[in-house]
Amino acid sequence: MDIRKENRILKWVLIIISFVFLAVFLILPLIYIIVTAFRDGLSGYIKGITDEYALKATGLTIKATIIAVLVNTIFGLAAAWCITKYSFKGKKILSTFIDLPVTVSPIIAGLIYVLTFGRQGALYKYLDPLGIKIIFAVPGIVLATVFVTFPFISRELIPILTAQGTDEEEAAALMGAGTFTIFRKVTLPHVKWALLYGVVLCTARAMGEFGAVSVLSGHLRGKTNTLPLYIELLYQGYDFTGAFAASSILVIMAIIVLVLRLILEHKGKKELDVSRR
Amino acid sequence: MKRKSIIPGFGISFGITISILSIVVLIPLCSLVVFTSKLSFSEFLYTVTRPRVMSGYYVSISTALVASLINAVMGMILAWILVRYDFPGKRFIDGIIELPFALPTAVAGISLTHMTTTNGWVGKFFYDLFGIRIAYTRLGITVALIFIGIPFVVRSVQPVLEKIDIQYEEAAYIMGADSGTTFRKVIFPELLPALISGFTLAFARCIGEYGSVVFIAGNTPYETEIAPLLIMSELQEFDYSAATSIALVMLAIAFVILSVNALLQASVSRRVNGLA
Repeated sequence: MDIRKENRILKWVLIIISFVFLAVFLILPLIYIIVTAFRDGLSGYIKGITDEYALKATGLTIKATIIAVLVNTIFGLAAAWCITKYSFKGKKILSTFIDLPVTVSPIIAGLIYVLTFGRQGALYKYLDPLGIKIIFAVPGIVLATVFVTFPFISRELIPILTAQGTDEEEAAALMGAGTFTIFRKVTLPHVKWALLYGVVLCTARAMGEFGAVSVLSGHLRGKTNTLPLYIELLYQGYDFTGAFAASSILVIMAIIVLVLRLILEHKGKKELDVSRR
Repeated sequence: MKRKSIIPGFGISFGITISILSIVVLIPLCSLVVFTSKLSFSEFLYTVTRPRVMSGYYVSISTALVASLINAVMGMILAWILVRYDFPGKRFIDGIIELPFALPTAVAGISLTHMTTTNGWVGKFFYDLFGIRIAYTRLGITVALIFIGIPFVVRSVQPVLEKIDIQYEEAAYIMGADSGTTFRKVIFPELLPALISGFTLAFARCIGEYGSVVFIAGNTPYETEIAPLLIMSELQEFDYSAATSIALVMLAIAFVILSVNALLQASVSRRVNGLA
């Protein structure tokens, strides 16, 4: 039996404080979005989410998200594999640079891309004659999205691959397996849930990025407006029903992400335990 | 000790890593350095010491500090109830804590703003009862930053609390310590490094936060204008030197905060492990 006596009053006071705090700060805003989205009835809501520009903004958001997730998955797998399976100089610096993007304010992230690819940047005179526009165009939005989600996948994989060690890969290599065979048959099965979890986190953040994208987007309706930027536009135009209707799409996606997170985290924990054994 | 690995594929994985890292992080970072080197120091100093810019830093830092302190206390309580107690709805709370990571900041921003204007559900209540305005004041900014910072402290304290061995508490209890003393002398010192690191991460994130704050702030110069917004307005006027100058100071602030955290972590862990 547990010899610590549980202070029941304290317990329930703390639980009630927590419930009130989360209800006010997290749940109320969510309910508010849904209620406001349906303020003008179901037809107003449907009109809001099927608006031509809303659909185009959703399309662009999905496109940027897919590219960002693909790039970061390739990067995350390569970086995690490289950092955990080999020893080389400068590993610490490499990890620092990988983590850097999440500690930088999104506005500053946008700013450094403007300085790089904008008119005064060193690369402008090479890219412009080729007709490649990055700033105030779709590539800029995609780059900003990749930047803000950069370490999300590698960060999930590195702890598991570190715990798992290199014995199994070494054995496979000695038996003559090639790089991709080892990766596919030995490493990947260990990290599949963590990888999926990273992809989910990356997707969530990529869909919703606002600051960095806002700096790099030309704010052209139907061309370079992502869903969050479109919501800002509607809100500032006092179209509250439209803004909250468009927001509700992102709320639904956020809830799906949270549910997936709970499931994947559970499976991922088992993965980590198995690796540690 | 350098040992050649027998696992093949170093070249390709390192190559992919460095190529993508260069395009996304290294080259842009270099261009920031190059651009900075072209700034004149007097111009830089003039830009960052303008009263409007100074007040922007002050607003960002002070609201972020208050919000992170509140989140530090609430984060401890949340981590505590999630690890130590059983109650209905525990899994729900555990899941919903992550909402600020999953919900786009702009969506959170418009919802919190619309809710706390003097016509909104919460804003009307506070205005009618206490005469307090939330939206378009510093209080509003703090509210938005509390929302953003909720997961940080919980998620850094929770795993540490889970790992604390109950034996120490039992020992303290047997030796006659009451639960308050046990918490203060036995549990809290163990949690302190995690608490500090959660706090500093939240603090650093809140100083740079833009999406959720820009709507609720109202953006009145000298009152509710945050530093990231100042960078944004300089960018919209294509004044890249001014924008970069303000950004450099913010990067320096973030760097100081994260370094202080690293130093504190080292000193606390030395003290806790008795290696001083």
